Amino acid sequence: MHKLWLIIKREYLTRVKKKSFIIVTLLTPLGFALLMFFSGFMASGKMNSIKQVAVVDDGGILQNNPLEGSQMKFTVVNKGIDEMKSEYVNDGYDVLLHLDKIDNLNETKVNVNYYTDDKMSFFTIESLENKLSKAIKAYKLNHSTIDKEVLAGLETEVTLENGLKDGEGIGDNSSKMASGIAQALGYIMGFMMYMVIFIFGGMVMRSVMEEKINRIVEVMISSVKPFQLMLGKVIGVGLVGLTQLIIWIVLIGVAMMIIPGLMMSSMDSNTVEMAKEIQNNPETANAVSGLIVELKNQNWLLIIPVFIIYFLGGYFIYSSLFAAVGSAIGDDLGEGQQLMMPIVIPVILAIVMLSSVMTDPDGPIAVFGSMFPLFSPILMPARLPFDPPMWQVIVSILLLIGCVILFVWIAGRIYRVGIFLYGKKVSFKELTKWMFYKG
Amino acid sequence: MNQQDSNMVLSLDNVVKRYHNHLAVDHVSLDLPRGQIFGLLGPNGAGKTSLIRIINAITGADEGHVYFEGKPLTSDHVSEIGYMPEERGLYKKMKVGEQLTYLAQLKGLTKQQSQENLKYWLERFDIKSWWNKKIEELSKGMQQKIQFIATVVHKPKLLILDEPFSGLDPINTNLIKDEIYELNKQGTTVIFSTHRMEQVEEICEDIALINKGKMILIGSVAQIKEDYKENKYRLVTNRDITQYLEPAGVQIESQKENDYIVKFSDYNSNAFLSNLINDDIKIISFNEILPSINEIFIKKVNEN
Repeated sequence: MHKLWLIIKREYLTRVKKKSFIIVTLLTPLGFALLMFFSGFMASGKMNSIKQVAVVDDGGILQNNPLEGSQMKFTVVNKGIDEMKSEYVNDGYDVLLHLDKIDNLNETKVNVNYYTDDKMSFFTIESLENKLSKAIKAYKLNHSTIDKEVLAGLETEVTLENGLKDGEGIGDNSSKMASGIAQALGYIMGFMMYMVIFIFGGMVMRSVMEEKINRIVEVMISSVKPFQLMLGKVIGVGLVGLTQLIIWIVLIGVAMMIIPGLMMSSMDSNTVEMAKEIQNNPETANAVSGLIVELKNQNWLLIIPVFIIYFLGGYFIYSSLFAAVGSAIGDDLGEGQQLMMPIVIPVILAIVMLSSVMTDPDGPIAVFGSMFPLFSPILMPARLPFDPPMWQVIVSILLLIGCVILFVWIAGRIYRVGIFLYGKKVSFKELTKWMFYKG
Repeated sequence: MNQQDSNMVLSLDNVVKRYHNHLAVDHVSLDLPRGQIFGLLGPNGAGKTSLIRIINAITGADEGHVYFEGKPLTSDHVSEIGYMPEERGLYKKMKVGEQLTYLAQLKGLTKQQSQENLKYWLERFDIKSWWNKKIEELSKGMQQKIQFIATVVHKPKLLILDEPFSGLDPINTNLIKDEIYELNKQGTTVIFSTHRMEQVEEICEDIALINKGKMILIGSVAQIKEDYKENKYRLVTNRDITQYLEPAGVQIESQKENDYIVKFSDYNSNAFLSNLINDDIKIISFNEILPSINEIFIKKVNEN
């Protein structure tokens, strides 16, 4: 036990003391924040250029129904289409649209020609088609005998409100917003597990290979048992991961508390305007406050500890497999790829299943996936924000623990043979044989 | 085989180790008295490393018993054994001091004990200034010194050295050799495994020769040489003595003027020499040529 502790301590300290660890630990949350900021920025479309669109409107379709768009500025020109075709570029337009007269209001198919030097993207074309179709619909409506008030009366907006919001009765008491947040959280946790498995599993594998290649392992095993060496490494690296995770949770928690305050105090005129806009617009204001309320409503006291259990469980299963593979391959990484396949495939499968788990968090795929120990470290944390039945969580954790013990044992059996073997290409058949060699 | 005899640091009793379908160690028995320097010889793949791993409690024997100081060997005994494997290495990124302290602690020393012992060794090798150097900053020869210190820092009763001088220049070889003698003088038993026969003859008292898992020869260097001697002598005289040799049944192995290497069959060498002396032939030198361990080694391996 004392020796195991020494090994864990060395594996942990040599990594945590590295400058790269400190930098990665502190910069990753910052990187995530930047990533989110940029993807938000991109989605807002502020980065894209605005296209100038000239429209030749022969039928006066757009007279009462002007086209509007955030990415495009439409100008109706009073020139003939032939003239415009040769001039629109010189006049500073990017695109020229030509709307013919509509003679027959019952015509359901209208062709609109466009002219441009640039290639228009699929999404631009589709959004133009939508806008034009709306404009033409409005035009047709104006010229038809349909009573507009009656038509307006037909438009109905439906909002699903949860009847149990006041806490009476039983059932799911989450709102639409809550489901959205649950889904985002589910994806974040699922992908985090995916990253943990490959980053820290890979770290264990590289470290095992290094010890084998520079032959320190020959010195080590005269003092400690191979299993102790492997377990110490797996636990040590796992603690490094856990340290990083906890620092991140704390940093993000602190950031969530501090940043809104900081933003308020350091707002420039632009953001103040934006904030005013948000306040004036009841829908956005509701969304923002709803987001904060729903985030606070998440059962963090359950989610965080259970996530850590799966974090450790998933880590132990996969990193011990990585350790076994590392011991078997020695210095030829090429053949390692082949041996890594059985580790990579279940992880990829779990990620593939993740989206169907997210759409149907209590469906059969979700239940199976979050029970099966090779998938559960990725899929159960993803289900957690959707309040899965408690018994499923408990059974899943028990299966996970059983699987951890089994896989660590198997990996230990392979490891103790693998580390002594040099220059031999190893097959799966061989690996299974090693498991049954006696001491 | 006296299992209770604690004068024997190590006793092997019919030890067998199988891999797949070949016998790596084939019924090997051995008694190693305290304070010896024992040579373990054998060609590549003879089973030396397998045997050493059993002695180190790294692997278990399939059959037979191993006793350390009269008690069955367990993994607890590793703190009494120092092992320097042929294929050896250190953590490249670790500092000398950290690395040695870590390895010493793994052998069961407390941090304080390890640093006291290390201080002794680093001073002895005059390398105290290396404490904060990373292993990768050291030359290969320097690394070997660190490796040696790591092997002996816990004051093992049994020291197993596998090709300890590989990668060392003659100066450092002598330095390490002197340390081995010094440790031996203080009571450490040493198992010395090598292919370099001249080192074996120089350093070891007793040797064992292993081939294909079997122990084919064991005994003291002097005794083995005596057993395998071929009655060869070098004889230098002041004139040609060819005419005397044949009637006496003495074969010439080689001749360089009056310098002969001869092989006596059962003819008494004294009688032959008195013959020469009687004829007033001056004998300048006459000495027995014992086979080198190398020759015996090759002969025995080829016999098998």
